[in-house]
Amino acid sequence: MLLEVDNITLLYGRIQALHGITVHVNEGEIVALIGANGAGKTTTMRAVSGVRAIASGRIRFNGVDITRMRADLRVIQGICQSPEGRGVFPGMTVRENLEMGAYTRKDTGNIAKDMDHVLDLFPRLRERFKQAGGTLSGGEQQMLAVGRALMSRPKLLLLDEPSMGLAPMLIQQIFEIITEINQRDGTTILLVEQNAQQALSRAHRAYVLETGSIVKEGTGQELLHDPAVKDAYLGVA
Amino acid sequence: MNELINGFPVLTVTGLTQGAIYALVALGYTLVYGVLRLINFAHSDVFMIGTFGAIWTWSAFGFDANSPRPSVGGALGLIALAIVVAAILCGIFAMLVEVTAYRPLRARNAPPLAFLITAIGASFVLSEGMAAFTNRRQFGVPAMLPTDPLFSIGSWQVTPLQLTTIAVAILMMVALDWFVQRTKFGRGIRAVAQDANTAALMGVNKNRVILLVFLIGGLMAGVAAVLSDMKAASTRFNVGFLIGLKAFAAAVLGGIGNLRGAALGGILLGLAENYGSAVFGTNFRDFIGFLVLILLLMFRPTGLLGESLGRARA
Repeated sequence: MLLEVDNITLLYGRIQALHGITVHVNEGEIVALIGANGAGKTTTMRAVSGVRAIASGRIRFNGVDITRMRADLRVIQGICQSPEGRGVFPGMTVRENLEMGAYTRKDTGNIAKDMDHVLDLFPRLRERFKQAGGTLSGGEQQMLAVGRALMSRPKLLLLDEPSMGLAPMLIQQIFEIITEINQRDGTTILLVEQNAQQALSRAHRAYVLETGSIVKEGTGQELLHDPAVKDAYLGVA
Repeated sequence: MNELINGFPVLTVTGLTQGAIYALVALGYTLVYGVLRLINFAHSDVFMIGTFGAIWTWSAFGFDANSPRPSVGGALGLIALAIVVAAILCGIFAMLVEVTAYRPLRARNAPPLAFLITAIGASFVLSEGMAAFTNRRQFGVPAMLPTDPLFSIGSWQVTPLQLTTIAVAILMMVALDWFVQRTKFGRGIRAVAQDANTAALMGVNKNRVILLVFLIGGLMAGVAAVLSDMKAASTRFNVGFLIGLKAFAAAVLGGIGNLRGAALGGILLGLAENYGSAVFGTNFRDFIGFLVLILLLMFRPTGLLGESLGRARA
């Protein structure tokens, strides 16, 4: 097991956002967290990346207990997140944004090669290479955020709402790239998505969250055909 | 008005010299503001410690206010040495302020008002500490560089001190700009300034970046302190107050958080003061400087080059 999230709770002030979430991710998998707005998907992601401290429970990654580890040190362990809202550095060029993804890496010789690989995945970024991140379109920023996370050569890639705000054609494209990253490079992916249809059809396994708890889990295909899931999240009457 | 026209060359060179010193100090305010959105009021007193660092260095070599002027080569060596000592001293004190006054508050998620009060508190601790240590005395600065003009073109004259001040300031600013724009650590600073949470997700240690920013601001203030010592010819425990206030004003004038803005603001403030005092009399020197600030902010509230490290580039 690469990631083990064991019964975590999390508070925003007095409001309990997570009520004992247990999730695991095996090496090589794509795992999706789906659910409505405010269900706790992004909060779970933030607990894994370390930007929010949890109130109780444990998180283990690659055999190491990272429950109390700072976010920047988790990156060195091999976790990298593409945050909700993209988090592109607006005043940095595309190139500098990608270099920020490789900030913790010591093998400086391989960075140029990896950047080339990312630019092959996202040819649009090559065209915008010297442009400031803040001047990119929403779709380009999303590609930049995903590409930047890849630059850290993560063992576990966390993608928070990669399809948010994108045109349908771009959504399709970004999910194809996610699948490619997983299949060709063998990168393990934990994915948070509102677009349950796409997420479930791409994911090996998935969890359904409601008001801070997990209400269902299964393979992507099982959940895709589950009547209750269909009803609530897939927009099928 | 006649004085402005006749004295224009002298006023310009003096203004640039004074402005270069403001600019170096302003960089420290703007760097810290850029990453923490905090006005580090103790920065002026870090600068003050530098002015003493230079005097102690020179006195260790037997130079006090009454010593004869050393040879030009000797003077340049002593100035370089004083710059190194003052910069290191200021760098250390700036980091001490961060570690003792601000970091513990961040760890406890203190409200902004608490930071403001500790900033003012740290400022007083440093200046009153030095006051007690030096018995509130004024210290004269030994004569270093010759005061005769080094060269003159028409009615434009430049003294060795003015040339040294402007050259050193430009060198420091170019080096800082290179560091922030071109190196990995500089990218880390800009990342924290633009989006601290995402920077952490990229593996940037925020506290280390903040410490680095205080160190750089301190180094700049230390260099400025030596140059200011030679210009003012004396120093005292409260010497940081007015220069700090003006440097802060210069940072706001250029657009706080913006490095090139701080440099520009410093130079403009230095020039405005000198031109203004020629027209209205030297009593109006400080009046003019701040009047310019108020007028400019009325029309451009974000300062000349706009807010924030790097964001203004977009």
